[in-house]
Amino acid sequence: MTAETANEHAPKEKWGRHKKLERNVALMGVFAFLAVTVGGIVEIAPLFWIDNTIEKVDGVRPYTPLEQAGRNIYVREGCYVCHSQMIRPFRDEVERYGHYSLAAESMYDHPFQWGSKRTGPDLARVGGRYSDEWHQQHLKNPQSVVPESVMPQYAFLAENDLKAGDMSASLTALSRVGVPYTKTDIEKANEDLKTQADASADGSDLVKRYPKAQVRDYDGNPDRLTEMDALIAYLQMLGTLVDVNGAKAQEELAKERGR
Amino acid sequence: MESVVARAGMWLAALFVAIVFFVNAVDTGFAVHMAIFGLAALAGLVISLRKTDYLAVANGTRLAVDQGRYDDDLIRIGVILTTFWGVVGFLVGLVIASQLAFPALNLGLEWTNFGRIRPLHTSAVIFAFGGTALITTSFYIVQRTCRARLALPGLARFVFWGYQLFIVLAATGYVLGISQSKEYAEPEWYVDLWLTIVWVAYLAVFVGTIMKRTEPHIYVANWFFLSFILTVAMLHVVNNINIPVSIFGAQSYPLFGGVQGALVQWWYGHNAVGFFLTAGFLAMMYYFVPKQAERPVYSYRLSIIHFWGLIFLYIWAGPHHLHYTALPDWAQTLGMVFSIMLWMPSWGGMINGLMTLNGAWDKVRTDPIIRMMVLSLAFYGMSTFEGPMMSIKSVNSLSHYTDWTIGHVHSGALGWNGMITFSAIYYLAPRLWGRERLYSLRMVNWHFWLATLGIVFYASSMWVTGIMEGLMWREYGADGYLVNSFAETVAAKHPMYLLRAFGGVLYLSGAIIMAINVWQTVAGKLRQEEPLRQAAYDAAADRPLPAVAAE
Amino acid sequence: MSTHSTYELLRQLADSWGLVATMILFLGLVAWPFRPGAREENEAAANSIFVEEDPRGNDNVQ
Repeated sequence: MTAETANEHAPKEKWGRHKKLERNVALMGVFAFLAVTVGGIVEIAPLFWIDNTIEKVDGVRPYTPLEQAGRNIYVREGCYVCHSQMIRPFRDEVERYGHYSLAAESMYDHPFQWGSKRTGPDLARVGGRYSDEWHQQHLKNPQSVVPESVMPQYAFLAENDLKAGDMSASLTALSRVGVPYTKTDIEKANEDLKTQADASADGSDLVKRYPKAQVRDYDGNPDRLTEMDALIAYLQMLGTLVDVNGAKAQEELAKERGR
Repeated sequence: MESVVARAGMWLAALFVAIVFFVNAVDTGFAVHMAIFGLAALAGLVISLRKTDYLAVANGTRLAVDQGRYDDDLIRIGVILTTFWGVVGFLVGLVIASQLAFPALNLGLEWTNFGRIRPLHTSAVIFAFGGTALITTSFYIVQRTCRARLALPGLARFVFWGYQLFIVLAATGYVLGISQSKEYAEPEWYVDLWLTIVWVAYLAVFVGTIMKRTEPHIYVANWFFLSFILTVAMLHVVNNINIPVSIFGAQSYPLFGGVQGALVQWWYGHNAVGFFLTAGFLAMMYYFVPKQAERPVYSYRLSIIHFWGLIFLYIWAGPHHLHYTALPDWAQTLGMVFSIMLWMPSWGGMINGLMTLNGAWDKVRTDPIIRMMVLSLAFYGMSTFEGPMMSIKSVNSLSHYTDWTIGHVHSGALGWNGMITFSAIYYLAPRLWGRERLYSLRMVNWHFWLATLGIVFYASSMWVTGIMEGLMWREYGADGYLVNSFAETVAAKHPMYLLRAFGGVLYLSGAIIMAINVWQTVAGKLRQEEPLRQAAYDAAADRPLPAVAAE
Repeated sequence: MSTHSTYELLRQLADSWGLVATMILFLGLVAWPFRPGAREENEAAANSIFVEEDPRGNDNVQ
């Protein structure tokens, strides 16, 4: 119906400049690419050089091999689809979950696990809130502890031996993305993994390198090192590294602006 | 002949690589994936060897491809696969919705737990259903609007099947426990690398076809497709810079962590919505709506503004996923402001699509496919209004972390993406198989109503749960203490979870009806049915009387 | 220059003439496609998907 119109007018000289763009795919591609890069550059790049992005806070350290192995299980099972690890600075959240989360607390998290949905409660400061026995029971059968819970059962964690792989390799990969593990940490990683879950082991060296690390059997079965050991070790350390109510931390927080 | 040898050699090399990685694999999941990869390479090898007509090659009588005909083989397969992935994705969605209502359905097995199945659902609907629809329709539309046969046909086949391999690797990975746990970017490093290769090839095929076009103008749908392909490439590569623990193992650690990781992830995540689920599907809208309505798009100028406004503004909106987190304030504010501005181009696009029907609104009554398109645009408008609203920090403080977000996502995904894809499938099926019409238009009508009702149940139940739980979490009693324990808010949501699952049943039933309809259309059957159009209508008489000049 | 003052500088820019300049740019860009000369080309482009179509509507019958 409109074939004539199109053919008549197509070769006219007085195209606007946009017409040129509409006839040149390379030019169009370049401009479209420019349009979509601006926003990302302006927002993301400064996070790497503006120094108020992450306030330095005492106590933050890399994860121990056992905690990191537990974190790998947390990541493998997709816990982030229901649990956040980011407490917002609201009265109700602070009263429910503890002090609001600081940027520094997740600075060694690769990947970050802030989450986007709370089908279950926030876990940023769950460490030390419940006993190991509670966690064992809750992970095996959540409804037996919290009848209203809709959480799946993770009894298989207690059955599976912890196959963390070579933890030295894991720590090496993590140090490549910027986590400051020392040479000793990397060399002793596999040993540290076992030591931390063994109540009878001497953990003094481990605790010296990883302050506040908790050394004990986590899964209630001292004979085996299971996935349950690692996951509970991770959960029990969440939010315990920074003394948010300490004088030093309060001073730092007072200087923070805009929150 | 050389090309056959080269191609076979490439597949053979891929097969060897897969075998080497399989033998050295340090974990079971990686070994399974290398086996799948090896089987795919073997299939590629066998097909490229068997498809060659050696006699013709030897005699030098191989026929050149008919450039006067569109290359539609892939598109036919794509329509079928899109339908298939849609049904699969909706089914998995129904399963996880039911798991939230009845946790016993998790079965206590590691492979069937919600945490592993939810990524399976999101990837199945976004990447399998949506992605296959996008590749299929882009290949269809770019050929038609350029009036040229698909460039690089061999590479196009690689893109299509390579993308399907990506889907299979991603899906099996989640079930086996291979995940980076970054929302909508769950696949591990080697699957990401594979997708990068496929995506670059996709760009080459798409741009190659545009370059050999006979139409001087590049139609607006292609701009949207082009920006979708380019931007997704950028987002995917930057968000998936990973350091593998071992090159023979599945696990890796992402380069960006903490605050930076969060912003890069949501820059990716939000623009997966913006470019995968919006720009790409808008391209479908700008072609199929005018074609089905048989009238040009309402305002081509508006589409120019729509395009540049949308792609420029969308990319800034990511930080609204991180309101009140440890992300610096200035970034949150920027994200909020741009999200609100994004309302303008979005509604410009919606108006442009809807007004295309100006003067032909009767088609909404008589043509169920047009009706589907109109509803899809209406949902696009609704969710692009709701989105900016939820990005306002004070609203977000209530809505974030709740089911409201889930409701918002589904009004966009089920309403906008689902409906526009269904109508594209209905448009394509009779044309691709050379049928007079679809098997049944009445079944399209059934699909329309089931899907619409399903969305209503889904979205309204999630609005109610979301706002309810948001308010319950922050409710204080007269004594100054929090009123509700977390467990109480979970219990309060149960009835709404049932209604949501019911909405899912309706939506899935609609999709199954579509699958039957497409199947029968492909089989060449026509259902004997009364036409939908009942009232008499004379198009010629439907116009104002022009004023008659006085003699 | 310290990073802190860079932040302040950008902040001031965004609040003052940077805002005015981008607003003018924005309005100019929006008005541009609507200039009178563009009408015909745009209509031709919008109709390009209907040009020389197979009258049966099947543009690819096997």
